[in-house]
Amino acid sequence: MTISGTVWKYGDDVNTDVIFPGKYTYTVSDPAEMGEHALEDLDPEFRFKVQPGDVIVAGKNFGCGSSREQAVKCLVARQVGAVIARSFARIYYRNCINNALPVIASPEAVDALEAGDEVEVDLEAGEIRTAKGTFAFPPLPEAVMGIFEAGGLIPYTRKRLGIED
Amino acid sequence: MGQTFAEKILAQKAGLAEVVPGQIVEVTPDAALSHDNTAPISGIFRQIGVERVARPDIHVVVLDHACPAPTTKHAQNHKVIREFVADQGIESFFDVGRGVCHQVLAEEGFALPGRLVLGSDSHTPTAGAFGAFAAGIGRSEMAAIMATARIWLRVPESLKIVLHGRLRQGVTSKDLALHAIGDQGADGGLYQSVEWHGEGVEALDMEARMVIPNLMAEMGAKNSYIPPDEVTLNWLEGRARAPFEPVYPDPDAAYARVIEYDAGAIEPVVAKPHTVDNVAPLREVAGTHVDEAFLGTCTNGRLSDLAMAAGVLEGRQVAPGVRLIVIPASSEVYLAALDAGYLRTFVEAGAVIESPGCGPCMGNHLGVPAEGEVAVSTANRNFQGRMGTKESQVYLASPLVVAASAIAGELIHPQDL
Repeated sequence: MTISGTVWKYGDDVNTDVIFPGKYTYTVSDPAEMGEHALEDLDPEFRFKVQPGDVIVAGKNFGCGSSREQAVKCLVARQVGAVIARSFARIYYRNCINNALPVIASPEAVDALEAGDEVEVDLEAGEIRTAKGTFAFPPLPEAVMGIFEAGGLIPYTRKRLGIED
Repeated sequence: MGQTFAEKILAQKAGLAEVVPGQIVEVTPDAALSHDNTAPISGIFRQIGVERVARPDIHVVVLDHACPAPTTKHAQNHKVIREFVADQGIESFFDVGRGVCHQVLAEEGFALPGRLVLGSDSHTPTAGAFGAFAAGIGRSEMAAIMATARIWLRVPESLKIVLHGRLRQGVTSKDLALHAIGDQGADGGLYQSVEWHGEGVEALDMEARMVIPNLMAEMGAKNSYIPPDEVTLNWLEGRARAPFEPVYPDPDAAYARVIEYDAGAIEPVVAKPHTVDNVAPLREVAGTHVDEAFLGTCTNGRLSDLAMAAGVLEGRQVAPGVRLIVIPASSEVYLAALDAGYLRTFVEAGAVIESPGCGPCMGNHLGVPAEGEVAVSTANRNFQGRMGTKESQVYLASPLVVAASAIAGELIHPQDL
């Protein structure tokens, strides 16, 4: 699977409150509507201009704060291709895998990339390809890759329980 | 080589002789905690296509995030949850008004030494104060636990913090935890198991201890642990729901890092807007105007927190134009504060007392700030927009500082009133 899009670049410690505000957590349940609030308090332009396949690039500890899964689902709803960061908050990282949103820790790529750059992410090869160079990243642990490949934790669990689609 | 707390307990829960950091294990939690998000979780559970919850006995559901319901939509959400738990035979259900889920989990005897507690809330590490392995997970993961009772966990590296000496008078465990977060940064314990040891920790009562693992979520920790001792066992007396066996790290365990703090050198601090690791000594920001003071939450809404605040507010008045919101963390705390006379003290001082729950912490209701206003809060998060509008500023502080600031109308320590 290869993703290509434009980079949206942010800083360190981007928290889930600015990705998806807490006040909406029990009033917004439709994925498309979640997408309408994506990054609302971080970058008000994002939700109007992001294109399918675009890639978020950020500093350390991306997704810190609340465990709210809408902070991942709102990006999936906007068809964000991948999130590349220096490091991720742990629940956010799990939530990305569980929603099959490609999540890549690559400090080198973060150092090199800037807003507006074009990138190509090759998940099989484990490579981020850009005009500024190619950056390798390690694959997910095998035990976790199965969840990602199934399309997320829910389809994975269905498959595991032998429930047919 | 000895094992850390995390290595030892995860090996035990996975049925393995030993595990190493980075290893993925599959486990069944002893307790699985969810709150108002049980409604969307039940929806995800239905998508999986399983009829019955695999282990209704391990699930604990507490309504706290927007309680009692501020809108019809929130009320519908609660209704779905009541029907779901009744339908699925989940008996450990605590309806609106019982309290904040992490406090209720402890009071009801589910947070026990040597137990594996997973919760679809980022402050689930709170239960680590009792020597449990307690970590936050996502909604889909809770739905999958409902379907299978199983989940994967990565064995974390461990960080050991040793507190020498004792905290000074007027310095609380809130100041201690914020000091550590300011010192280490919001990712200082990222993905790690943060163990707290030493004389300074042992000297804290149970309620003060609970503040520390609660706040370690703000340092990126997967879980946080305080070794159970007499203080722990005394608190659990008459509460524990099941027999338990404490788990202790080996003396020769390998830690990613060991940090040592001198408790006597720690001073009252605040976390300034808009991140929890933006920590400064209170004296540097003293005099900052405040419009709202909030005493409550899973961090500092317990009886000893209310006692500290009542001690400051006794015979004094909240400053004109300032509102003080008090929310006991649970109905048990509410009743104890009533019996102790603290609630009278609060009301006489001009405070507003709300029903147990999360209140305005994440901007839902019961006293949110206006645009341009400044709040000082005992909560654990001050991210931009957290209390409802990104145009407000939130300072995090101890109950002592929140109470004193309500009286002065500006950030201040009670010693300087």
